[in-house]
Amino acid sequence: MNTLIAIIGLGVFCLLFEILNLRKAIIPVTIIGLLGVLAINYSEFGLTESYYNNMIAVSKYSTAFSSLFIVLTIFLVALSYNFYEDHQTKISDYIAIKIFLLAGAVAMVSFGNLAMFFLGIEVLSIALYVLAASDRTKIKSNEAGMKYFLMGSFASGIILFGICLIYGAMGSFDVIEISDLSQSAELPIWFPIGIVLLTVGMLFKVAAVPFHFWAPDVYEGSPALTTALMSTLAKVVAIATLYKLLTILNAELSESYVIVIVIVSMLSMTVGNIMALRQVNVKRMLAYSGISHAGFMLMTLLTLATSAGTLLYYTTAYALAGIAAFSVILYVCKNQDNEDITNFHGLGKTNPLLAAILTASLLSMAGIPIFAGFFAKLFLFNQAIQAGYIALVIVAVVNSIISVGYYFKLILAMYTKEPNEARTGRPFLIYAVAVVSILLNIIIGLFPSLILDLLN
Amino acid sequence: MNVSLILIILLIGAFVTYFVGDKLASKVALFFSLAALGCSIVLLNHYNLGESISYISQWIIQPKISFVLNADGLGIAMLLLTTALTPIIIFSSFGNSYPNAKGFYALILFMAFAMVGTFLAADGLLYYIFWELSLIPIYFIALIWGNGDTEERRKAVVKFFIYTLAGSLFMLVAFVYLYTKAGSFLLTDLYELNLSATEQLWIFLAFFLAYAIKIPLIPFHTWQASVYQKAPTVGTMLLSGIMLKMGLYSIIRWQLPIAPLPAQEYMNVFIGLGIAGVIYGSIVALRQKDLKKLLAYSSLAHVGLIAAGTYTLTADGLSGSVLQMIAHGFVVVGLFLAAEIIFRRYETRAIAELGGIRYQSPKFTSMFLILVLASVALPSTFNFVGEFTVLYSLSQINIWFAVIGGTTIILGAYYMLKMFQHVMLGETNTKPFADVSISEGISLVAIIAVLFFFGLYPKPITDLISPSLDVILKVIHRN
Repeated sequence: MNTLIAIIGLGVFCLLFEILNLRKAIIPVTIIGLLGVLAINYSEFGLTESYYNNMIAVSKYSTAFSSLFIVLTIFLVALSYNFYEDHQTKISDYIAIKIFLLAGAVAMVSFGNLAMFFLGIEVLSIALYVLAASDRTKIKSNEAGMKYFLMGSFASGIILFGICLIYGAMGSFDVIEISDLSQSAELPIWFPIGIVLLTVGMLFKVAAVPFHFWAPDVYEGSPALTTALMSTLAKVVAIATLYKLLTILNAELSESYVIVIVIVSMLSMTVGNIMALRQVNVKRMLAYSGISHAGFMLMTLLTLATSAGTLLYYTTAYALAGIAAFSVILYVCKNQDNEDITNFHGLGKTNPLLAAILTASLLSMAGIPIFAGFFAKLFLFNQAIQAGYIALVIVAVVNSIISVGYYFKLILAMYTKEPNEARTGRPFLIYAVAVVSILLNIIIGLFPSLILDLLN
Repeated sequence: MNVSLILIILLIGAFVTYFVGDKLASKVALFFSLAALGCSIVLLNHYNLGESISYISQWIIQPKISFVLNADGLGIAMLLLTTALTPIIIFSSFGNSYPNAKGFYALILFMAFAMVGTFLAADGLLYYIFWELSLIPIYFIALIWGNGDTEERRKAVVKFFIYTLAGSLFMLVAFVYLYTKAGSFLLTDLYELNLSATEQLWIFLAFFLAYAIKIPLIPFHTWQASVYQKAPTVGTMLLSGIMLKMGLYSIIRWQLPIAPLPAQEYMNVFIGLGIAGVIYGSIVALRQKDLKKLLAYSSLAHVGLIAAGTYTLTADGLSGSVLQMIAHGFVVVGLFLAAEIIFRRYETRAIAELGGIRYQSPKFTSMFLILVLASVALPSTFNFVGEFTVLYSLSQINIWFAVIGGTTIILGAYYMLKMFQHVMLGETNTKPFADVSISEGISLVAIIAVLFFFGLYPKPITDLISPSLDVILKVIHRN
């Protein structure tokens, strides 16, 4: 609870910076503030309490995921410094929006009431719509914002409809009451329909097939930093929320629901990967790769009782690799008008460190050992095989092989092509974020228990 | 003192090599690889004195993954093969200069690190991690420092990577399945599992895919020749000398003891696949015009025979295979080195453009001839011991296997001697051929010395490996 209040306070504080004309200090102060928030959040870890008539329920799950969100936001704020160099006058707005987005994210994993959940998702989504369209002068960014807004509000509508049906069935928004009532033998038909609508809405936010059509266009059109945010933070928030929703609303998933999840998971992996093979724009490629990763993350929904730790581990590994990859992309594509693979030609020669970091993060996403991505997949497969989903695991393995194809396309471009231009400048913050996030990735790869045992 | 020391030396060596800069990199790498060799010989002594040199520690508690390096005779033999070949390979590369040498030599040491880990790991997941890790350095070595057209090389190397990764991911699934059964990845726990025949068959096939691609066995060999040709010679040596032995070794260590039933039931199929590789490799080698490709296909024939030997499930078959693995490792490195020596002087590997080197460099000619004869298993060379034992074990299963497998020697003698004739003999070449340099000479002599020494006196190695092979055989025949 204190975490949420502190984050909102920090967001308001960021807005004040603009009035006080302290723009130069905003990034360091925000990072320090976020570190403070992280400390507050850490102190709440292990507590299980609810506030304001169970509007907010703090649990191990919510604090662990909140910490991940805060860490990701710190990285994203640090990357803002170089990214908004040319937009100094608006920097406090952008930073403040990111902080508010974080508030929405934290609310989404610590809700105790469906109304609070909806508030959280709206705060997060509206912040994302603004950020997607934030490059006002570019037509693509406008298009991305518009598309995302139309599709996103449609999904929000579906979620709202689902909440209404659940209320109609159960007579309450409170998740504890709902889950108590859902144990009874006679369930009104509206309840499962409501759950399905909620799931559909959240699958849209996660960008799982067949609700993925917005993702590639929006990822490509949005400013690169917003894409980084969407593909790491927003995706992680959405899947964590979906997991929490399903866990606390109905512990027993019906058989047909499980089949749907299995099919959506298989489709997401396969469609995402196959489409990614054909992309030349790196942001678009990572959008499709994100879709396939969403398919992997959905596998955790099949073993709700035991896989919270696995989900946390997978999302952490994925998001850290994503942050590292995007910081390199931000550096390489700084003054380019697109993010095509040609921009990465010869990076291995002109900038070996960043090329190595991008290689490492792609290897992590592909699931090559010693990087956290490998262990994430291992734990996931372990859970799924224990629950008896061998066919799903085989599909996942085949997809891991396919994914190597496009991750390596980028690696090959960096190491075998001749550089087409000299790159100058060594922006400290981009380097720092890239190095720290990939190191964190390797550390949790070497010591998976650090993350995995938090929720077991 | 235990075997983790070697891993530490090689890993630190890789980092130090990277940071000393391009000029010193090759020498520092040689130093560290020699240190690893020295250390493994010291450890061999400790082992012979009956001390335990294994290393065990807990790594991840849930799921249970341990850091276990088990050094039994078989593991030590493979360890010595790796640590002995690495300095030879590094030393033989002194005649070339590579751009960005620090990265190159660091990757070689890193690869040696991963391969040593693969040979020693006794925890399924640890083993898998090392197995996969060894793939990354060879990928970059072949990609960045390889020769030939960039586009073709890219295709070959990516194909290789995806192929091997595909195989090993199925092995990972098998391991995860075994984990759900046994509750641990430990080799000893996996040995004690009682799996049904169907389970064993699937696990056997998953392992088989990984190993058949790595070795490579027919019909999974299509990546091999082009990668051998496109990779820099050092990469080819690492691949053919050590890395493909990982697959053969893993058959003995992991596949057969964990899933012996399918191996017994379908023995003829798997031996047949190995033998088919012998015939196919030999016939294709006959038609090759490129020296490196010819050696690649001859290697395919030899490893086919080794794989057939492992699938006989007899004591002779296993020990013959291990002996032949080591012998083949040395001889193939020597042959690729000879090809590289010619390439350094003539800038070509096309057999048709060579000839008459004998008159210019008798020293090199005689060394090359010894290697060629060793490769065709002339008595008194190490390869004879290995190949003969394998053929003997095959004849115990079915005499026809031995007869057909034996053609590897006849056909091998034919294409190798024909190649030798075209490359070394004939009319004097107009282009000058400088005599072998000191580094080239030392590498070749070291290899030849090993081949002759163990050819005449293989007892130290058989004594080293047979106790651990007996243990494995007992597990294989437990039902």
